[in-house]
Amino acid sequence: MQNQPHAAPLAAGKGLTMPKMLGVAAFLAFVFAAVPMFIAATGRWDFYYTLTSVALLSIGAAGVWLTFYIGRINIGQGAYALAGGYVSAVLITQAGVSFWLTLPLAGLFCALISVLIGLPILRLRGVYFAMVTLVLTEVARLTALALPVTNGAKGITSIPLPGGVSVFGITLIPDFATLQNPRQAFYFAAIGLMILVYVILWRIVNSRLGHLCRSLQQNEELSASIGVNTAWLRIMAYAISSFFGGVAGAMFVSISQSIYPSSFVVQDSVNFMLYCFLGGLGYVFGPMLGTLLLYFGWDLLSVAGKYQLLIYSGAMITLMLVLPNGVLSLFDRKGGGK
Amino acid sequence: MEQIIANGLYLGAQYALIALGLTLIFSLMNVLNFAHGQMYVLGGFVCYTVVAQLGMPFIVGLVASALVLAVLGGLIERFLFRPVIRRSKRDESTMLLAAGIAFFLDAVILLLFGEKQRGVPKVVNGVFNWDFRIIMPYDRILIGMLAIGLIVAFILFMQYSKAGRAMRALAQDRVAAQLMGVDVDRYSMIGFAMGAMLAGLVGALLVTITGVNLGMGGPTSIKAFLMIMIGGAGVISGAIAGGFILGMMESVGLSVLSSYGDVTYLVIFATLMIFLAIRPQGLMGKPWG
Repeated sequence: MQNQPHAAPLAAGKGLTMPKMLGVAAFLAFVFAAVPMFIAATGRWDFYYTLTSVALLSIGAAGVWLTFYIGRINIGQGAYALAGGYVSAVLITQAGVSFWLTLPLAGLFCALISVLIGLPILRLRGVYFAMVTLVLTEVARLTALALPVTNGAKGITSIPLPGGVSVFGITLIPDFATLQNPRQAFYFAAIGLMILVYVILWRIVNSRLGHLCRSLQQNEELSASIGVNTAWLRIMAYAISSFFGGVAGAMFVSISQSIYPSSFVVQDSVNFMLYCFLGGLGYVFGPMLGTLLLYFGWDLLSVAGKYQLLIYSGAMITLMLVLPNGVLSLFDRKGGGK
Repeated sequence: MEQIIANGLYLGAQYALIALGLTLIFSLMNVLNFAHGQMYVLGGFVCYTVVAQLGMPFIVGLVASALVLAVLGGLIERFLFRPVIRRSKRDESTMLLAAGIAFFLDAVILLLFGEKQRGVPKVVNGVFNWDFRIIMPYDRILIGMLAIGLIVAFILFMQYSKAGRAMRALAQDRVAAQLMGVDVDRYSMIGFAMGAMLAGLVGALLVTITGVNLGMGGPTSIKAFLMIMIGGAGVISGAIAGGFILGMMESVGLSVLSSYGDVTYLVIFATLMIFLAIRPQGLMGKPWG
């Protein structure tokens, strides 16, 4: 499968070209070396937590972005993040499973439910799908309140930190509880996970599956009529999307060491969608940038005190007026004849 | 039983009014107005300011809320939605704008009115009591009647006035309406203003009974989404039906299911999911909105 020229800035040419490699290397150096050094120099240790959240939220946003890619507006990622978080929390506290094993299990669980839920609701389109997924978040919250295993409104608290992983006596991941600085460890883990997710996402978009998804986004009837199995594709994309949501939720729970039915609410679901919009729906790395801008921007604005929300929302509206197709559409114009 | 039905009707009338505004905006501009709940809260606060702080009669507060929200809605359409819709590649981009406006209104409400729960004194006193079968305070009856009256007025307006006809034509087919000489921009603006006005009116009506606070916006929007999903997005009769159905389900659910704990909304949501799986466009909606 060749990489067709795609709107993503990293997909300007075929395969991994030299500038692209350099870009990735620069990014890796930035997140793994420059950021920790900067934090150590300025002493703003709280940035670790903020940036970890950005990384995890952008994983969830990556999933939302994938459902956008098949032409569906997904405002239900909070539901899967909540479900993933609970799966991880219950497995750790009640079955004593290692956190690192619960991470993929939470994702798989979410993918499984999303197939069950997706079968009926993926037939919906446009705002109908958007509204149903919005309601789904509320359903997830109410279910978490009602089920006995989730411990109702009290939630599950004092979840132990992730343990170590060693293969043949070689420690791959150290026990987080023994670490001097678990925040930094979480940061590295979250960033690593985020890079993995975006590599997968980029791979999907530039594969046969991605091309088929794009055909779905443009005209579902047409692509069905030329023999694309649209129903299967929709379920597939939605399941992958929910997998990301579940993983992000599970990781979040391990950081906060607690989960409540209100950990992920409608507002979070809406935010996931906003991150995608702001970054730009035509770009694989749009959700990452959107998350960084919105979440980090919000955090930085806390100096503005009671005007925080006013400035934040004002900036959001202005940004939308100036760049209605997302921040990354800036590169579109410059790139011209891509 | 009579009591449950009366409560359901009372709730339904208000819900229908909220849903009408949302569905009007949706049908005209294909915009899912996330800020609808915030507009409702703002209407409540305007009424509170006029009635409780300036000491004016309730009817002045009602009119003031309607006017303020109508002007606000018109401005939002003219200066925010119109340019974004014109320039964006996908019409879903308006969702980010709508959510931004929702945050913005939240911030404005927080700065102007604070985060406390506010209410105004009762408009009329006394309790209607029919043989202990229906017990309902008079002010609730009054508000319910006012809401129903407004719904009827709205339907009449949409059905018989020139602006109403133009808006219905716009909702059916934008291009065809434009070709027939309907000033699309003007009526989009009027429609948005009316949608916002309806939200403001409900807010002003409800401030006399439940009061308003900052946190009510989001949940109200979600309920309004539920209603137009039940009835079908962009259809006026659907919004009214959805409003009354949700009001009734809530009223019945709260009394029947109360022994099982707080599961009314869970049941409503689950029912809705099954319903939408069978009939995705709602009771009366057009497929694919």
